[in-house]
Amino acid sequence: MTRSTAIAGSMLGALLLTAFPAWSKTAIVIGMQQEPTSLDPTSDATASIDGMLAHNVFEALTSVTEQGEVVPELARSWTVSDDGLTYTFDLQQGVTFHDGSAFDAADVKFTFDRAMGAGSVNPSKSIFEPIAAVTVIDAATVELKLSRPDAFLLFNLAQGDASIVAPESVELAKTTPVGTGPFRFDGWTRGDRLTLAKYPAHRDAAAVQMEKVTFQFIADPASASAALLSETLDAYPGFPAPEMMAQFEADPRFSVEIGSTEGEVIMAMNNAKAPFDDIRVRRAISHALDRKAIIDGAMYGQATPIGSFYPPHGKAYVDLTATYSHDVARAKELLKEAGVAEGTVMTLRVPPFPYATRSAEIIQAQLAEAGLDVKVENVEWGFWLEEIYKKLNYDMTIIAHTSPNDMGNFARGKSYFYGYDNPEFTALWDRIRTEADPEARDALLKQGQAFLATEAVHGFLFQLPKLGVVRKELSGFWKSSPVLFQPLAQVKWNG
Amino acid sequence: MLLFLAKRTTGLLATLLAVSVVVFLVMNVLPGDPVLVILGIDSTPDAQAVLREQLGLNAPLLDRYLIWIAGVARGDFGTSHSFGVPVAGLIAERLPLTLSLALSATLLTVVLALALGVFAASNHRKAGDWGVMTLSQLGIAVPAFWLSMLLVLLFAVRLRWLPPGGFPGWSDPAAAARALVLPTVALALVQAAVLARVTRSSMLEVLRLDFTRTALATGLSRSRVLWRHVLPNALVPVVTIVGMQFANVVTGTIVIENVFYLPGLGRLIFQAISNRDLLTVQALVLMFAAIVVTANFVVDILYVLIDPRLRGRLA
Repeated sequence: MTRSTAIAGSMLGALLLTAFPAWSKTAIVIGMQQEPTSLDPTSDATASIDGMLAHNVFEALTSVTEQGEVVPELARSWTVSDDGLTYTFDLQQGVTFHDGSAFDAADVKFTFDRAMGAGSVNPSKSIFEPIAAVTVIDAATVELKLSRPDAFLLFNLAQGDASIVAPESVELAKTTPVGTGPFRFDGWTRGDRLTLAKYPAHRDAAAVQMEKVTFQFIADPASASAALLSETLDAYPGFPAPEMMAQFEADPRFSVEIGSTEGEVIMAMNNAKAPFDDIRVRRAISHALDRKAIIDGAMYGQATPIGSFYPPHGKAYVDLTATYSHDVARAKELLKEAGVAEGTVMTLRVPPFPYATRSAEIIQAQLAEAGLDVKVENVEWGFWLEEIYKKLNYDMTIIAHTSPNDMGNFARGKSYFYGYDNPEFTALWDRIRTEADPEARDALLKQGQAFLATEAVHGFLFQLPKLGVVRKELSGFWKSSPVLFQPLAQVKWNG
Repeated sequence: MLLFLAKRTTGLLATLLAVSVVVFLVMNVLPGDPVLVILGIDSTPDAQAVLREQLGLNAPLLDRYLIWIAGVARGDFGTSHSFGVPVAGLIAERLPLTLSLALSATLLTVVLALALGVFAASNHRKAGDWGVMTLSQLGIAVPAFWLSMLLVLLFAVRLRWLPPGGFPGWSDPAAAARALVLPTVALALVQAAVLARVTRSSMLEVLRLDFTRTALATGLSRSRVLWRHVLPNALVPVVTIVGMQFANVVTGTIVIENVFYLPGLGRLIFQAISNRDLLTVQALVLMFAAIVVTANFVVDILYVLIDPRLRGRLA
């Protein structure tokens, strides 16, 4: 080969290499376990509505990062009065809804009035409860006046239930959601899939790589696994079966992310019913539980134990798992003291979620060691809602509470399904939710956790993990879920 | 003939009416509040009260039944609690898929079963018969769900010949057909096992009869005698079983559609029950009942076509 040929050849090669752009995909197929029946997050509680649409199709005044920090979204900035009762929001300019109508303060007022109104069917109406009035100062400024300070207001306003909607498009929100987000709704085949397309007129459109997002609804874990392995799915961010994680970890095409959620899994005891109204019985049961065995057996070791009602990834977390060590002898002692005879029958009614049904079997065996005869009853979700949640018709049950900042459940009084009412705790919670200074609030939250642990209100088991299976080339998926949504604007295919 | 049809139609309507009462009572008496399912456990009591009123759940039981059944008679199945759209629309968009699946599964069942049954009968007491009997035994024992997973693992994950599930829509008929192959096979294999045995034993009975010997004696080929003389006479019990199996196939779609995540009626009824979507479940149960009763109606007509001796009775 002559020298000139070699030079020409290498130049051609270099040209070819640079002329070919890095191939990048702009479409993604995401698996979802639960299909919602309506697409309006402001009138239906199904978590997957938020998971798909919140902060993708809809936007709110604020948003939240993966670490749980509040950041601006439709509100560019805000000021809070010294007494914590007046919030003034300065809104983004030039924002449009997907149907072309303009976004302004009137839409914010409409959204809040609708959520707070007498005819409202908002599933999280309680987050609007401290708001007394919403006033439009001008087209780009909105003022919220509160009846009492609320430490969690800005965080709560980022939830899907507070998504900003427009009067022009809200009527059809259940089937055709229209928001201001970086993706617009592009079709829904019920039972099959939901599609989103990039909204080019969004203010951050230039940074969004995905042109098309398809959510495929696959409930059965084995089917989901097959879909991932045959590459018809690119990601499944809420994989329901921990036992299948091993095969994805071993597969070089996927990366497995195990993160945390806001879901505290508790074995709730009916505090309004004997013998659970006796603290000795509750403490005895807490001693009889072995969290490690439950986590290993029910969650294949993939969960973090909790000793109270607060997520381990939270800033104010206190590790109280050692409050009641696994001590069967002590459990028997306390039960004897409380007058609970050996062989007493108790029922453990569990809803049809794997974390609950599997834990129930293990707990049954553990409590049997302490001399309690526990009958496990697997009930259907509708039944659980009616009998356990509404009518308090249960001894013990296992459930996960997935809302953030929900320690207030223990202040909801005797009619709430815990059957728990302690004025001392209710007063503490009142202080927590009105405390504006974050450090002081964290100190109070720690007190609250210690209180609940000492009272042994429930058997606090573990924090529900978030198991995500994602193709290795994808980035931008959240590992943990501090909230129910998953923003897709930053998801990218890499190389 | 007209009297026959009139009698059968009245019977069909009476059955559907009875089914409607049963499903209404069951759905409305079962514990479970649709309002709590929709709004979740963190909702406030006043929001729940508003929704309950909106969904018409405060009216007395009998009133609700009569309003519903009057609507059904007009073709108005009401508006779904959870989806917020007319139930009739929900059913209409899913019915073609489920019906296609059920019909193609039944067709495959019949083809497989006839072929295997005739083969077994004609090789009675030889290896072929024994082979078919063993295979069918396996087929009856194997649950359709498990078989589906195996088929998916082999054909979708390993070989990538077929999709693991989902339905791309009717606009691309080739892709739609591919998506239905594995579900159809999963449904059909199990049913074919049962039907093959019925065909075989029915064929064996007819083979014993005198006219078979006569037909062979007149010099007709074995194959012609089997297919043109023995099989038609063996079909009556087969058709009966096919009618019953159609019902199995239709209800089998509930499981299969969930495994293959197909947007059909089976998946819808599963979701609707979990969501306590009363109107949708009621409408779907009625629909399934109507399909099964119609299938048996068709079977009755088929008897007449197969067996000329029955025609005289109808006139």
